[in-house]
Amino acid sequence: MPENILEMKNITKRFASVVANEDINLSVKKGEIHALLGENGAGKSTLMNCLYGMYDSYEGEIYFGGKLVEIQDPKHAIAIGIGMVHQHFMLIPVLTVIENVVLGLKENKEILDLNSAAKKFTELGKRYNMEIDPWVRVEQLSVGQQQRLEILKALYREARLLILDEPTAVLTPGEIDSLFDMMTKLKNEGQTVIFISHKLNEIMKICDRCTVLRQGRLEATVNIEDVKNREELAALMVGREVELVVEKNPAQLLEERLVVKDLCCDNDRKLPAVKSVSFEVRGGEILGICGVDGNGQSELIQSITGLRPVSSGQVFINGVDATNYDARRVLDLSVSHVPEDRHKFGMIGQMNVEENLLLVSYKEDRFAGKGLLKWNIIDQHSKKICDDFNVKTPSIKELAKNLSGGNQQKFVVGRELERTPRLLIAVHPSRGLDIGATKYIQAQMLKQRDNGAAVLMVSTELDELIELSDRILVIFEGEVMGIIDQKEASRETLGPLMAGVR
Amino acid sequence: MLDTIVNFLTADIRTATPLLLAALGLVFSERAGIVNIGTEGIMLTGALLGCVGSFIFKSSLMGAVFAIAGGAIAGLIFAYFTVTLRSNQIVVGTAFNIFAIGLTVTLNRLILNGVKVNSYSNYPIPGLSKIPLLGRVLFNWSVPVYLAFLAVPVCWFVLYRTNTGLKVRAVGEYPKACDTVGINVFKVRYAVILFSGMMSGFAGSFVSMGQLSSFTEGMVSGKGFMALAVCVFGNYSPVTVLLAALLFGASDALKYRLTTTGLGSYYQFLNMLPYIITIVALCAFTKRSNKPAFSSVPYRKE
Repeated sequence: MPENILEMKNITKRFASVVANEDINLSVKKGEIHALLGENGAGKSTLMNCLYGMYDSYEGEIYFGGKLVEIQDPKHAIAIGIGMVHQHFMLIPVLTVIENVVLGLKENKEILDLNSAAKKFTELGKRYNMEIDPWVRVEQLSVGQQQRLEILKALYREARLLILDEPTAVLTPGEIDSLFDMMTKLKNEGQTVIFISHKLNEIMKICDRCTVLRQGRLEATVNIEDVKNREELAALMVGREVELVVEKNPAQLLEERLVVKDLCCDNDRKLPAVKSVSFEVRGGEILGICGVDGNGQSELIQSITGLRPVSSGQVFINGVDATNYDARRVLDLSVSHVPEDRHKFGMIGQMNVEENLLLVSYKEDRFAGKGLLKWNIIDQHSKKICDDFNVKTPSIKELAKNLSGGNQQKFVVGRELERTPRLLIAVHPSRGLDIGATKYIQAQMLKQRDNGAAVLMVSTELDELIELSDRILVIFEGEVMGIIDQKEASRETLGPLMAGVR
Repeated sequence: MLDTIVNFLTADIRTATPLLLAALGLVFSERAGIVNIGTEGIMLTGALLGCVGSFIFKSSLMGAVFAIAGGAIAGLIFAYFTVTLRSNQIVVGTAFNIFAIGLTVTLNRLILNGVKVNSYSNYPIPGLSKIPLLGRVLFNWSVPVYLAFLAVPVCWFVLYRTNTGLKVRAVGEYPKACDTVGINVFKVRYAVILFSGMMSGFAGSFVSMGQLSSFTEGMVSGKGFMALAVCVFGNYSPVTVLLAALLFGASDALKYRLTTTGLGSYYQFLNMLPYIITIVALCAFTKRSNKPAFSSVPYRKE
């Protein structure tokens, strides 16, 4: 029976009045891969940040390697052998790999000896089969390589416990497989890994035990061997039975609503982001756009919706040549847009729910006349949207930023769908939402499709794409790698395309 | 002709020295993500305190000590506001500049009133200063000039080859990442602001005691801002900052040369020369800049 390398006892962490973790117990055995499962906002990252000393204070006791420790800052955590790979990499892009590795090491001499550090680093890389050139700048590495660098950086600091915070969120299926190989190798070398995730398949595949958090509390710790199927884990995570499979009617295809022809546009750095992309979406179908984040999806959608100039090619919406239309004229063509980042583009946090619901339709005669807004009618209308779309808010006068992510997304979706669009564009519609809200939003999108709307959906979640889409377009570095029917779509067929292999 | 060239080059080095001293300090604070627009005020304070120290102790060395100490105190105050209290760096810097004008005028009228003090005296380097032409241009200077130029390779080495330099460069680029590897972001930022303040104070003392030997009100007249421009134009790196300082010095020296010619009546336009160069250069070299990603963003631990 291996000893526990880590025991966290009765951990409570509050932010002002919000309790993010309440009375959580976690014990991790030496040499295991231990999953930390929970929905967004369940407190997984908070718990790990307590362990890594990212906060000033926490309540409770942490035992590491059998000894009671009080971890005040990351320096201390590193010193006792805890390494963490954050969801957003903690690397400095303009510095070289080896500079990033030695940064902040307490055994550094004042005059740096990067050559011998590079030698040690390369040996370490060989041992774990993840070699990286120590002399290139980090900004030249791929996302997968940066992640490997983060892991090596922790190992270089002689970490005995490695925390990986949602490591698969940014990877292609192929890169995920090699990450799992790496994790198995670490385990065989006697390392302990804590794997934070909300992806059930991955946990079933790679982990030994799993601790489930829900709403800041400990739900259960289970042996993965004893878990029958992913539904069982999902039920623990959500607190009730969930239907993971989406019911869907066959598509009733109507006329072409969106036609994109040889579209090209640049990104913010004036480099080509979308390269001659062509596709069409018909009424009554969902076209999913699949790809790893940053392969031109955002730019593509922005150039269709009038938020980014088209450099060449054409966009036809409902039969009208809408190339380089501004956003208002695009929306007037019966288009609804659920943008990718609701905080940046979808809503205004400092305004209340009602005002947010009015953002697109403030001009319409039913809401405004003689230069004044008709607040009575607007009030009724806003309440109706909130009822119809299950938005939980104390009142329609509540500031949007005070709502949970799920409720924010629901009112954004409600605002857009209330207009019964002929073309619905939804970018990452379920990003950051819990399972309940995700299922609700997905059902709403299917309803629009069944009512004859054309739906263009961008997502990075393969499961969501495969379940919802009628056809899936795979994009890689701004080029269309292929369009696949739902029937043929699977991780195996999509994975290589997402990595640029045809 | 040769005399003209020698005079021109010595004038260049003389004007470049205070810019270089201040800009080398700024390289470190800018790299760590601090934009200290208060440099102008700190230099002005340094110019005054240099004269005060020199006046009281009849020694230019004590003048330098006063100026550097004053710069250090100003730096600590600036750091307290911008790092600890996370105030807006531009606002605090502007406040510094306005405060420095009042402070120096008051102290000047209380203590100095334009009195002559010991200035930095020249130490010709034995042997080397006897080299024809070159000796006069390079080896016949006061201590601050030698120090300023020697500081260039030293600063380069510290910035690119030492642990401290690595931390400084990293902190401006991604403070949170530094926090996760156990670097105290606040400590690093305090240190660079302190260093930059000392360098600015020292640079100020050269303005009042380098060639002149008395303080006049408002005498720094934009040299602090020019030092900031030198730092940016020199792409936040010591060697290129040296070149930038010499270029600015040259345009200043050129201004005086041209004033004596027929172009003199347009001297306002000549005054614009360094700034026009800066604007053109900044527009031309935006691509590959060393400007840190988290410039002037206060750091907050969660």
